[in-house]
Amino acid sequence: MEPTIFRFIFRHSKKEQIFLLVLTGLSFPFLYYSLDLPKTIINQAIGGKDFPRDLFGYQFDQIPYLLLLSVIFLALVCINGAFKYYINVYRGQLGERMLRRLRYDLYARVLRFPLPHFKRVSQGEVIPMITAEVEPLGGFIGDSVSLPAFQGGTLLTILIFMFVQDPILGTAAIALYPIQGYIIPKLQRRVNELGKERVKAVRNLSDRIGESISGVQEIHANNTARFALANFTARLGEIYTIRYEIYRRKFFIKFLNNFIAQLTPFFFYSIGGVLVIKGDLTFGALVAILAAYKDLSAPWKELLTYYQRKEDSRIKYDQVIEQFDTAGSLSEAQQLDEPEEPVSLAGPVVVRNLGLKDDDGEILLENVNFEIKQGEKIAIAGPGGGGKDMLAMVAARLLSPTSGSITMNGIDIAGLPEAVTGRRIGYVGPGAFVFSRTIRENLLMGARHFPHGDPDPDCFPDAPAQRLAAEAAGNSLDPISAHWVDYQAVGIDEENLNVRLADLLRVVGLEDEVYAFGLRGSLNVAGKEEAGHRILGARSKLRSRLEELGLDHLIEPFDAEKFNTNATVAENLLFGTPVGEQFRLDHLAGDPYVRSILDKVGLTEDFIRIGRDVATTMVELFKDLPPDHEFFAQYAFISADDLPDFQTLLQRADRVGLEGMEPADRNRFLELPFKLIPARHRLGMIEDDQQTRILEARKAFREGLPEEQRSALEFFSVDQFNLAASVQDNILFGKIAYGQADAGNRVGAVLAEVIESEGLRDTVILIGLGAEAGIAGSRLTAPQRQKVAIARMLLRRPDILILNEAVSTLDSGVQGPTIARILNEAADRTVILIAHRARLAQPFDRVLVMRGGRVIEDGSFDTLDKEGTALRALLDEE
Amino acid sequence: MSLNEEVELLKNIPLFAKIEPSKLKLLAFTSERLNYADGQVLFSQGDTGDAAYIIIDGTASVLIGTGNGTVEVAQLSKGDVVGEIAILCDVPRTATVQAKESLTTLKINKEAFFRLVTDFPQIAVEIMRELAGRLEQTNIKLRAALSDNGN
Repeated sequence: MEPTIFRFIFRHSKKEQIFLLVLTGLSFPFLYYSLDLPKTIINQAIGGKDFPRDLFGYQFDQIPYLLLLSVIFLALVCINGAFKYYINVYRGQLGERMLRRLRYDLYARVLRFPLPHFKRVSQGEVIPMITAEVEPLGGFIGDSVSLPAFQGGTLLTILIFMFVQDPILGTAAIALYPIQGYIIPKLQRRVNELGKERVKAVRNLSDRIGESISGVQEIHANNTARFALANFTARLGEIYTIRYEIYRRKFFIKFLNNFIAQLTPFFFYSIGGVLVIKGDLTFGALVAILAAYKDLSAPWKELLTYYQRKEDSRIKYDQVIEQFDTAGSLSEAQQLDEPEEPVSLAGPVVVRNLGLKDDDGEILLENVNFEIKQGEKIAIAGPGGGGKDMLAMVAARLLSPTSGSITMNGIDIAGLPEAVTGRRIGYVGPGAFVFSRTIRENLLMGARHFPHGDPDPDCFPDAPAQRLAAEAAGNSLDPISAHWVDYQAVGIDEENLNVRLADLLRVVGLEDEVYAFGLRGSLNVAGKEEAGHRILGARSKLRSRLEELGLDHLIEPFDAEKFNTNATVAENLLFGTPVGEQFRLDHLAGDPYVRSILDKVGLTEDFIRIGRDVATTMVELFKDLPPDHEFFAQYAFISADDLPDFQTLLQRADRVGLEGMEPADRNRFLELPFKLIPARHRLGMIEDDQQTRILEARKAFREGLPEEQRSALEFFSVDQFNLAASVQDNILFGKIAYGQADAGNRVGAVLAEVIESEGLRDTVILIGLGAEAGIAGSRLTAPQRQKVAIARMLLRRPDILILNEAVSTLDSGVQGPTIARILNEAADRTVILIAHRARLAQPFDRVLVMRGGRVIEDGSFDTLDKEGTALRALLDEE
Repeated sequence: MSLNEEVELLKNIPLFAKIEPSKLKLLAFTSERLNYADGQVLFSQGDTGDAAYIIIDGTASVLIGTGNGTVEVAQLSKGDVVGEIAILCDVPRTATVQAKESLTTLKINKEAFFRLVTDFPQIAVEIMRELAGRLEQTNIKLRAALSDNGN
């Protein structure tokens, strides 16, 4: 990258900066005339004689002449304003474009950092550099050339104007500039140094925050919050001290500037006044000079501010750039180039004299030599720290060896672009990362290598105007809306992709889990209509199957005409699934529409009374329990915190009666009945009469629901798919009955049978693939994340598969079978397994044992598994 | 059957007879009422115990597996409590309990049961009395069996 900010500006925005300069130059004559005109107006039009005058061949009397000049003045004001507007917008756009380029370059560099660099630089430092720290640079870059030119030019124009009016006054106006020009930079230098320190201190602070978030478990588990807070206070104190010092110095500079600026009018009033009295200067000229001087202070101030910003920006740029110039980074070509012809690495792997040292010169790998035949299955075992995992990373070209080479199919992998290594070599490490997308997206990520097909011009970043802007900023021109899945690498066309994904789920043993996600998931995939239709089929099938088995009493189906005793009162009233906040259970009592319905069917008073009764029962049952008792969480309608409130409410209700209570208090009671599930709670409080009226309310609710609130609820309907509910709930279309022994499991078994017989399993899996993996895959368990990563790698069918302890987090019982399925899937390809347990090496053609960074044993499992070998020692340890 | 009816029923069981109604209500509220069809199993011999059951309605058989098939050793009916030994002693279920015709029970989970016992020593005493009674019964049967053998 360019070593200084001005080189960066020059290299990437030369033309634009020149254009701005020319534009600025063009604006000056207008500025000059707008300054000169007031003098003419005052001296000639208002104070002049000899009218009518000749102007452009026309005769003008005094008043028309004055008006004409005023109109010209107004026009000049408009022209000046237009110039300023255009220049400002252009400048802002230029700045943003350059900022965009800078951020892009920095991010691209992060993606090229050698992996060991991430041991030295933390997320917490890198993120603010690319986001916040460079932000002010954009503004500065836009202003860098044209602002000093414009403000300097303005200053000069005004000065020339003043000198033309009166050389003495002109001299007076600038008399103090040299002093300012000398002192200010000196003071500024110290402020700059402080600024540098501050940037570092803030980086430190964000590093600390990032670290605390990543390690928050340890902080809780070890009670180190106080230490963390004290540590944080120290960082804040550092920033505070630096900032305070900066303010003191910065505002002193400001004070000095202001003082000097105020000093100059003193000369005008005294010297100028004398000149006017003596008659050496017209009164109009003095007024014009005073007006001009007022204009003068603005550009001068701007120039001084510019100087400060320039210094700030220079420092920030230097400080950011030095963090991103990392030795050993990939070249841009290695990161982005496509090979001219497809390169295959399907061939023997030859490792020659391979050596690797870390930054401290510690030897991690030493003189490693071996060959692997095409298609051979190799397991590498050895004690921790013996170098096996390092070898795997070097073989995947994630680390560069310090000496020696690895060739695959006769090609040295050291210089290959990632377009070859990242496609032809497959690597999964022990703690694979899952991105915050759906499982499906995470799987496809393995095959998203380059765009093909046409972009969608309606997709925002791929609209023609946006693409032009991206090009001007030197950003990536790969359209995000084009197809990205490399079907050739996957070996399948688009239509069969889902089948292939389901296959891979089976290989890695994730199928049942994704199926369970699918049952809990909602229908959000392509082919909604068809899938929804088939799920409806399963709904009636389940019903008839349960009847056949005599199990239909285990589900109470939703019926528009019947009260469902196994559903909450809220569900009975809404008869649908809330979408969003409005009709959520705890918002119902406060919702105006719901209230209007309750009033209409005359349930409001009943509900308040029932709420009071529920509260009475709850207080009676729970009042003696300690607040942290688990029963509160499991059974209570009222949380332990709210229980005392309700006790007071009940006392008040006894005193003044329910009708006499405040509306807010009545609302607290009204909230409670919605949560009742009659069959479960058995409080006997929702009687037949109320059930009938809840059914009336249901009907009224549905009929009267205003159009704009329709989207807040998906109604239950026998012959329609409910998009807001899970697949499972859609098939059940009812509530599993309380009080029937083992009902959940028994219904679950019939449900699974129906899904299977209706051929819906694939659909459910497809829906499950649409489940979100959560931040850093946090919704998945560690083994699930590993499985996703392995499937992601298998999808693109690499020539060489490297599994670096990739199954170590799986349950020990499924590790062996999972590896067997992977070996079967990659039957014709080379597989290298780094075995965290030596026993896993058994099904492999050949076993290497590494210790101390060297290969110490090499042979088949059976030949090595004998008395005295290192492999036997490893096996015995297990 | 509503909560109040359940409370009435609990009151008539000797084990709970001396407990104030509000505590029984809590017990009933935190317990699950379960219906079993004929032949459905409440729990099987060897399972870990997680709950005790009170028979509300119907009958159930207590079965013990021996070398040659299962033997019905007792029948339970309305008001009987079963399954409390496994949760008291943390031993696996000593017998299988199966519904005969349709059966309704109140299932009290382990935590609720323990809480009840610790909060109300009377229940502990009642349980002791019940267990001692059963021990006595067993002893009588054992004596009878021994003397049968002797003959």
